[in-house]
Amino acid sequence: MTINGRAVTAEVEPRTLLVHFIREQMRLTGTHVGCETGYCGACTVHLDGKAIKSCTMFAVQAEGADIMTIEGVADGEKLHPVQEGFWERHGLQCGFCTPGMIMSAIALLDENDHPSEAEIRHGIEGNLCRCTGYHNIVRAVEYAAAKMRGEEPPPPDWERVS
Amino acid sequence: MYPRQFDYTAPSSIEDALTALGEDAKVMAGGMSLIPLMKLRLFSPGLVVDIGRIPGLEGIEDNGDHIEIGALVRHATTASHPLIAQNAQALATAASLTGDVQVRNRGTTCGALAHSDVAADQPAGALACGAIMVARSSKGTREIDAGDFFVDSLTSALEPNEILTSIRIPKTGPGEGSAYDKLGRRGGHSDYAVAGAAAWVRKSNGSIADARVAITGVGTKPQLAESVGQALIGTDGSDAAIGAAAEKAVDEITVLEDLYGSEEYKTHLAKVYVRRTVKAALANAS
Repeated sequence: MTINGRAVTAEVEPRTLLVHFIREQMRLTGTHVGCETGYCGACTVHLDGKAIKSCTMFAVQAEGADIMTIEGVADGEKLHPVQEGFWERHGLQCGFCTPGMIMSAIALLDENDHPSEAEIRHGIEGNLCRCTGYHNIVRAVEYAAAKMRGEEPPPPDWERVS
Repeated sequence: MYPRQFDYTAPSSIEDALTALGEDAKVMAGGMSLIPLMKLRLFSPGLVVDIGRIPGLEGIEDNGDHIEIGALVRHATTASHPLIAQNAQALATAASLTGDVQVRNRGTTCGALAHSDVAADQPAGALACGAIMVARSSKGTREIDAGDFFVDSLTSALEPNEILTSIRIPKTGPGEGSAYDKLGRRGGHSDYAVAGAAAWVRKSNGSIADARVAITGVGTKPQLAESVGQALIGTDGSDAAIGAAAEKAVDEITVLEDLYGSEEYKTHLAKVYVRRTVKAALANAS
């Protein structure tokens, strides 16, 4: 398979989960292991361009696939617009869900460059966050969507006059 | 959490997959139902036969009087494909409400049907749309009516040596339409169904000429509510007629209390979702 554009080859046991292969054999620990039951989405990576949960897939199933993890998202030192959005709009507190959230948000914006708030919430339904209440995550994705369309992002909530 | 050790094979043809199947083997497509069970060690097959690399199973075909959905068609595709939207709206909606984005990108419609979870969405859609399940073994192919396919909790009519290679759904004719809706365990549409219903109707000359209603989440298996269908036939599809038919929602079903609702609550929800989906199916009928 390729991971973040790099071709990799390894022998694994059939029961090795993709997330453990990525973290322990590839040493890419940005992808997190959260609930381990397929609910929380902290382990979300892209498989051939689609968001999937790497804790609910065997590494052998990904043989020959193109995997992208959170480590492959930035362009060198330049953050991906979604990463920048999470930074600018306080889209995280503890940060545990953030890699998976960002991978789901990127997949959402790949398919829909102008999502409504409801579409953003639907697009990240497979990712649980126990800190933020999701509000700032939605704002972060709105920021990224605007940036990726070449538009000025909406101002942060704390600068909006009520 | 690792599953117990198992042998793994990823054959490149259906014939090879059928040869590999035996008593201690399990077929895997997307793995969205199987892998969580294996990780919890609730189920530990000796051999996993991964059909994910078999070519020719990912298609949605227009076969004249019916459409055919292959074993590797994923929920996301079922939810968005125009042929399914035109001919099996209940199944398309059920697929769109299955799991979450990541699950819909991996899990397959045929896999969800074969898994036969009591609270899954797509079995109800398949039942209402009159699906025929196509099961292959090394001895040949047999067709199973959706109504005979869901046997019990997590138990389908598939034999251990069979693979559900596709399902066939009759094309939507004049005056026909279907719909699916549910209450999810996490509220709204999220997660498995606390209760849900799928309805299919055929309208003719201002009345309901035929109807099938299926219910999920409340009993021991997804199943047809035959009394509801019978009660709808011949009526004008008015709110009163639908309300009267919906009262029969659980006549054939043993309603079971679980973590998500009492028997009384689930019975109530079944009636609510029967009413809503019959109305939606009538609205969708061309």
